[in-house]
Amino acid sequence: MTSLLQVTDLNVTFETEDVRVPAVRGTTYHIDPGEVVAIVGESGSGKSTAAMAVVGLLPEYADVSGSVRLHGEELLGLSDQAMSRIRGKTIGTVFQDPMSALTPVYTIGDQIAEAIKVHNRDIGRADARKRAVELLELVGIAQPQRRAKAFPHELSGGERQRVVIAIAIANDPDLLICDEPTTALDVTVQAQILDLLRTARDVTGAGVLIITHDLGVVSEFADRAMVMYAGRGVEIATVEGLYRDRRMPYTVGLLGSVPRLDAPQGTRLIPIPGAPPTMSSLSLGACPFAPRCPLVIDECRSAEPDLVTIRDGHWAACIRTDDVAGRSAAEIFGVSTQPPPNDAKAGEPPVVLQVTDLTKTYQLTKGVILRRRVGEVRAVDGVSFTLEQGRTLGIVGESGSGKSTTLSQILELAKPQAGSIEILGADVAALDSASRRQLRTELQVVFQDPVASLDPRLPVFDVIAEPLVANGFDRRRCEERVAELLTIVGLDHADASRYPAEFSGGQKQRIGIARALALQPKILALDEPVSALDVSIQAGIINLLLDLQAQFGLSYLFVSHDLSVVKHLAHRVAVMYRGTIVEQGDGDQVFTNPQHEYTRRLLAAVPRAHADVAGA
Amino acid sequence: MTQETIPEATPARSSIHPAVFTSRRNLLARRFIRNKPAVVALILLALLFIGCYALPPLLPYGYNDLDYEALLQPPSLKHWFGTNALGQDLLARTLRGMQKSMLIGFCVALISTSIAATVGSVAGYFGGWRDRALMWLVDLLLVVPSFLLIAIVTPRTKQSNNILWLIVLLAAFGWMVSSRMVRGLTMSLREREFIRAARYMGVSSRRIILQHIVPNVASILIIDATLNVGFAILAETGLSFLGFGVQPPDVSLGTLIADGTPSATTFPWVFLFPAGALVLTVLCANLSGDGLRDALDPGSRPSRRKKRQPK
Repeated sequence: MTSLLQVTDLNVTFETEDVRVPAVRGTTYHIDPGEVVAIVGESGSGKSTAAMAVVGLLPEYADVSGSVRLHGEELLGLSDQAMSRIRGKTIGTVFQDPMSALTPVYTIGDQIAEAIKVHNRDIGRADARKRAVELLELVGIAQPQRRAKAFPHELSGGERQRVVIAIAIANDPDLLICDEPTTALDVTVQAQILDLLRTARDVTGAGVLIITHDLGVVSEFADRAMVMYAGRGVEIATVEGLYRDRRMPYTVGLLGSVPRLDAPQGTRLIPIPGAPPTMSSLSLGACPFAPRCPLVIDECRSAEPDLVTIRDGHWAACIRTDDVAGRSAAEIFGVSTQPPPNDAKAGEPPVVLQVTDLTKTYQLTKGVILRRRVGEVRAVDGVSFTLEQGRTLGIVGESGSGKSTTLSQILELAKPQAGSIEILGADVAALDSASRRQLRTELQVVFQDPVASLDPRLPVFDVIAEPLVANGFDRRRCEERVAELLTIVGLDHADASRYPAEFSGGQKQRIGIARALALQPKILALDEPVSALDVSIQAGIINLLLDLQAQFGLSYLFVSHDLSVVKHLAHRVAVMYRGTIVEQGDGDQVFTNPQHEYTRRLLAAVPRAHADVAGA
Repeated sequence: MTQETIPEATPARSSIHPAVFTSRRNLLARRFIRNKPAVVALILLALLFIGCYALPPLLPYGYNDLDYEALLQPPSLKHWFGTNALGQDLLARTLRGMQKSMLIGFCVALISTSIAATVGSVAGYFGGWRDRALMWLVDLLLVVPSFLLIAIVTPRTKQSNNILWLIVLLAAFGWMVSSRMVRGLTMSLREREFIRAARYMGVSSRRIILQHIVPNVASILIIDATLNVGFAILAETGLSFLGFGVQPPDVSLGTLIADGTPSATTFPWVFLFPAGALVLTVLCANLSGDGLRDALDPGSRPSRRKKRQPK
């Protein structure tokens, strides 16, 4: 049987005037009909480029060589016009962001009908519309007849992604390429979309190429996986084989750094040290993973290893594959995942934050001159919780559950609409401006997006020194403290005069944490601090947070949608749903014995990675 | 202009703080100096500015002196830029004109851009009544026929105050559109996490505006300022041409260009030298503005800007 898609020795180089960036270097993979192949890798590993080269959707300055054969027909070198006949007809594509993949000014029915008509000139308008409605029904949109007339903004994120999938499968494609199809979605929606993609594959019988960084999605959904690092496939195997017997140290690190739902609180993760290489300055003639590899020997630096066959259908690009087999990630990377001994202090730790019946509503008004109240949205509805010193409270919920609103209500330090917030024993409603300023130093925040939370125009020194300067530190004391903070979060002194844009995501988040720690706060509000990071980097940040808590006795208010991350960090967990806390309790208790229906649904939707060999 | 103040302020600061960490100003200065065209342009600009004040006393001819032996002569050793129909030395006149024009250009650009930055960022950052009041003012000023107002005021002023009034009026009517742009940018910046983070850290609003908002809208402010230099010089030119701006016998680049335009093809030097001075000034302002913008914006590198996709 010939494979559906055969990609052989694919090379993609982005050429700009002064630099050549080899984004993909000699990648070979194939997809059989009806098979789901995942390309896994961290950002910058070339996984999207390797897939987009197939559809010819690379920028014009990309230099592509090698061979891409679909049904035995060579796709590389085809004109854009010829590719357009294939795109959308034999190859359907699903992108990451469903909002930008749809045109905001046309109804979704029209957009699906257009996708059909482009490739079937003779189909009538009415027929195309009828087919569009059928497709909407197929992808699970309720009342498809009516919803076909809706505009993209009237749909939820999950529904939009369903529409994008409907467009992708509109012409019964043979190959479906999904570029991070669930990354922008909530976990329960993600499970539904993966189900839908499975249905789509069954209905069309297409091969699916899914690009993802989420190893949970891979183990749930894919048959085979290719792990990419520095533009090359470094390990290709069936998903089963990959989890059971991975042979490349990078794969080991990748799997080991995934936070797990069954680990006890405080479990340290196994981060891969260092950062992925920058592709523009890649030194040839050495294994690109060598600088980060725990098993590195001199031979690794002399030549880049080729893919060697481990067994039928399993290749790994490493010369020490035998040393990897059968050893756990912790063993290979030489770190302990054991939580530090539980320092069971006598008595209850003091309460640092107490929130009682917090409510925040938004008025819905109508009319321009005479604003009439037509209703209200209860973003946060009677939320109560407490946070003790040195402990972590995880607030879990999906988008729109009110968890971020709760956090910003606390951070505002203003009198809430209803209910009360007590920080370190002081009611924020009764604060005057001087004591509010004082309290601000005790409560600091780390945001989700390390790119957005650092001013791009400020060098790192000024970023970290900002809270110090605002609180009247002079230049000398600022410098001392900044130097100290850089050491605490594991950054270099020389980094202080660089700009945030020159750092990787994980380093940026470290800068954000350093800034939050500058004034030695007692409480740290963490607003999804790791969800924008790659998993191997995320592991390092989680470890850092665990260390800092142990070192400084910090209290964390940890807001996240990622249950596994919360499981690692939180002592207590509050599950939020539609503005209320539906379940609250000790971390282990909530995760092992969920009481509320929604918690159960949330836990069931988390894609589970297989257990690591030797049980980690 | 701002581009002059920042590099100048650097040595003083760095000598006070021989710091382990490089200060932000040092960093900016270093990034600016790396950009060779901008440095050359800035030096040239400074030379032009000094030259147009320092040179005239050294010249054998005043800007109004007549040389009856050289009427409409092309450039020669005696008259480097040539003479006009009345035998007036064009070098002296161009320098005199540049004094006026550069003063007007840079003052107007500086003042109106500062107003635009202040009004725009205050309205955008605070919102509420400040926003409404300031935007009301902007709308009001936008509908006032500024040209007429300037035309009424300037002839009534004394010769010495003439330039001052021109600067004030041109600046007062030149900031509204860019302040609206700044306001829009500020409103989107206000919601960014680094501004929120700064607020939660207890940084004062004034500091947030100066530290975060202004540097982040600096690209547009600098472009606005450099465009304003050209705009102000040209506006003065237009007014002078119609007899409202700089009054004869005084000259400005505008009046000189206006004088030279009719004979641009027959006696090109009469037109080319003042026009060349104008182009050189605006070009230098633009180049050093670009350099400052690149120094402020860590994302832009001169080499990367040249990147072109081969078609």
